[in-house]
Amino acid sequence: MKLKKLSLEQKNRYYGLYFILPWFVGFLFLFMIPLLSSLRYSLSNLQVTDEGFSLDFIGFANYREALLSHESYVRILTESVINIGVNTPLIIIFSLFFAVLLNQKFRGRVLARAIFFLPVILASGIIASIENGDLMQSVVKSANDTTGGDLSVIDNLQLTVMLVQSGIDIRFVEYLTGAVSRIYEIVSQSGVQILIFLAGLQSISPSLYEAAKIEGSTGYEAFWKITFPMISPLILTNLVYTIIDSFISDETSRLVVDTAFKSFNFGLSAAMAWMYFAVIALVLWITTSIVSRKVFYQD
Amino acid sequence: MKSETAVHGRQAREERLQRMASAAYWVEFAKKWLWVVIRFVLIFGIAFVIVYPILLKLSIAFKSMDDLYDSTVIWVPKAFTLDNFKLVFTAMNYPKVLTNTLLLSSGVMVLQTITCVLAGYGFARVKFRGSGLLFGAVIFTILVPSHTIMIPLYLHFKNFDLFGLIELIKGKPANLINTYWPFIISSVLGMGVKTGLYVYIFRQFFRGIPREIEEAAYVDGAGYFSTFSRVILPNAIPSMVTVMLFSFVWQWNDSFFTNMYLNEPKVMSAMMSSSGYAIATFLGGGEQAATASYVQDPFFMSMMMNTSVLMAILPLIILYVFVQRHFVESVERSGLVG
Repeated sequence: MKLKKLSLEQKNRYYGLYFILPWFVGFLFLFMIPLLSSLRYSLSNLQVTDEGFSLDFIGFANYREALLSHESYVRILTESVINIGVNTPLIIIFSLFFAVLLNQKFRGRVLARAIFFLPVILASGIIASIENGDLMQSVVKSANDTTGGDLSVIDNLQLTVMLVQSGIDIRFVEYLTGAVSRIYEIVSQSGVQILIFLAGLQSISPSLYEAAKIEGSTGYEAFWKITFPMISPLILTNLVYTIIDSFISDETSRLVVDTAFKSFNFGLSAAMAWMYFAVIALVLWITTSIVSRKVFYQD
Repeated sequence: MKSETAVHGRQAREERLQRMASAAYWVEFAKKWLWVVIRFVLIFGIAFVIVYPILLKLSIAFKSMDDLYDSTVIWVPKAFTLDNFKLVFTAMNYPKVLTNTLLLSSGVMVLQTITCVLAGYGFARVKFRGSGLLFGAVIFTILVPSHTIMIPLYLHFKNFDLFGLIELIKGKPANLINTYWPFIISSVLGMGVKTGLYVYIFRQFFRGIPREIEEAAYVDGAGYFSTFSRVILPNAIPSMVTVMLFSFVWQWNDSFFTNMYLNEPKVMSAMMSSSGYAIATFLGGGEQAATASYVQDPFFMSMMMNTSVLMAILPLIILYVFVQRHFVESVERSGLVG
């Protein structure tokens, strides 16, 4: 009897392997082998010829070129990392705050949610890149500024002065006001994060809040003692997602693509991409090891 | 019965009057409404920030040449015109590009969802030595940026071969660049745009389904595959909808793979990056002699760019209007966070 049950389970285990098989084949042929060959390319000089390509092993010359003699690689890479360090906390705080807001009951909630998730479908590097260099929009913007937008700049300035006078560190003030002026960038990057947070908020049992309310907690206390710990695993998830997402659509990746397909220096491009990946892995490792210590798991 | 409710109503009114007499009631009242106002301002403000670029594009797209140089026109053009749309429509070969993109996105969507649902189920149920490591590989595919494996993939598809089979038949390996095969192959094998994420979503979802359901199906005499297709799969519809939506939208917006695999702008995202060039060549091409001078005008080109971006995202927005309710709900139910 026991033997029979075991064999069914074993059989099912093998069937489960069939399910993974297509993915595994793809993993092997479209991920692992390209990854290894990319490492090989980064160590060699790749020449595309009529029939395929030829490889000459040149050691770390590509890496040396990217780091020491390429005119902009190091600068762009540091800029990307700094950008991520600046934007990620803002995106996380912003999306958590608005997920909490959108989770409340109010009139027009469906519409508000629909608008807030628009960035999920419009989050595309190409739209952003077209928008940045766009003449017409800046003209309309400046027209708006002359008709009434000037006020907002002054307000921003006054706010800065006020905050500095009230004894807050000037770097922190600059960070905050900078965030206000980069609001579109932050909003457009936090669609998926709001979605994830919102789904997480819905899965918190209402009985927790009821119990807290009976015990006499205020909304503020309920947020910090119930919502925040319950949602903290998702903060980790969102942190990882934000970092990966912002790495995918930034200047460095554009440089990597351009090096490969505009100047046809495949080896250099591969070396750049590998160093880039190493930096991402480092950033991710540091942040997750810091944050995961604070994460609260209910079970 | 009637008098009872009347008495009840009077009592309630009196109670309310009593409550209104105390200061605490008014403090609570003010607090509540203050919060409502602040919340409204915040949500409205951010919603405006999100919608603003789209509104701006809409406004620009309807402008005519005269409105461009009229300094009194900021938002609402004096002369509404559809000329911009017409021009972009023909210059970009819009209907063909649209059908291409629709076909590609939906094809990729279906194939990716099938592969990922299978893989996710497998990962949720299979347990053997090293299965954790195998799932770690899924996470690894999410973490590694696709730029790292870009060049080998490109060369791989340029000289595509299945163990020398194609070379045996045709004499040389097949060149799949500038066809749709790279997309189809990579989505069937689960290595398309952000596919690791989909596998992860499905695995999380299937882990939440109790094994007892399957065991009940086995007892009733269902095999492994019919259990999957008739018991498990219907349960997975919310998460499948989530993955399908994401996969459709991200494939639509993906410019990285499309620019890499396709030399000509056949699909929407690739077309957008080269829209300026396409319009310039279209206008410069002989017959439109009157409009040829416009090409040098940066304002005009910018207007065209805005119109083309709007037209590229318009189908997505229309689609979104219909499915957005489902979008939010399905993510909530899909067990993405479970």
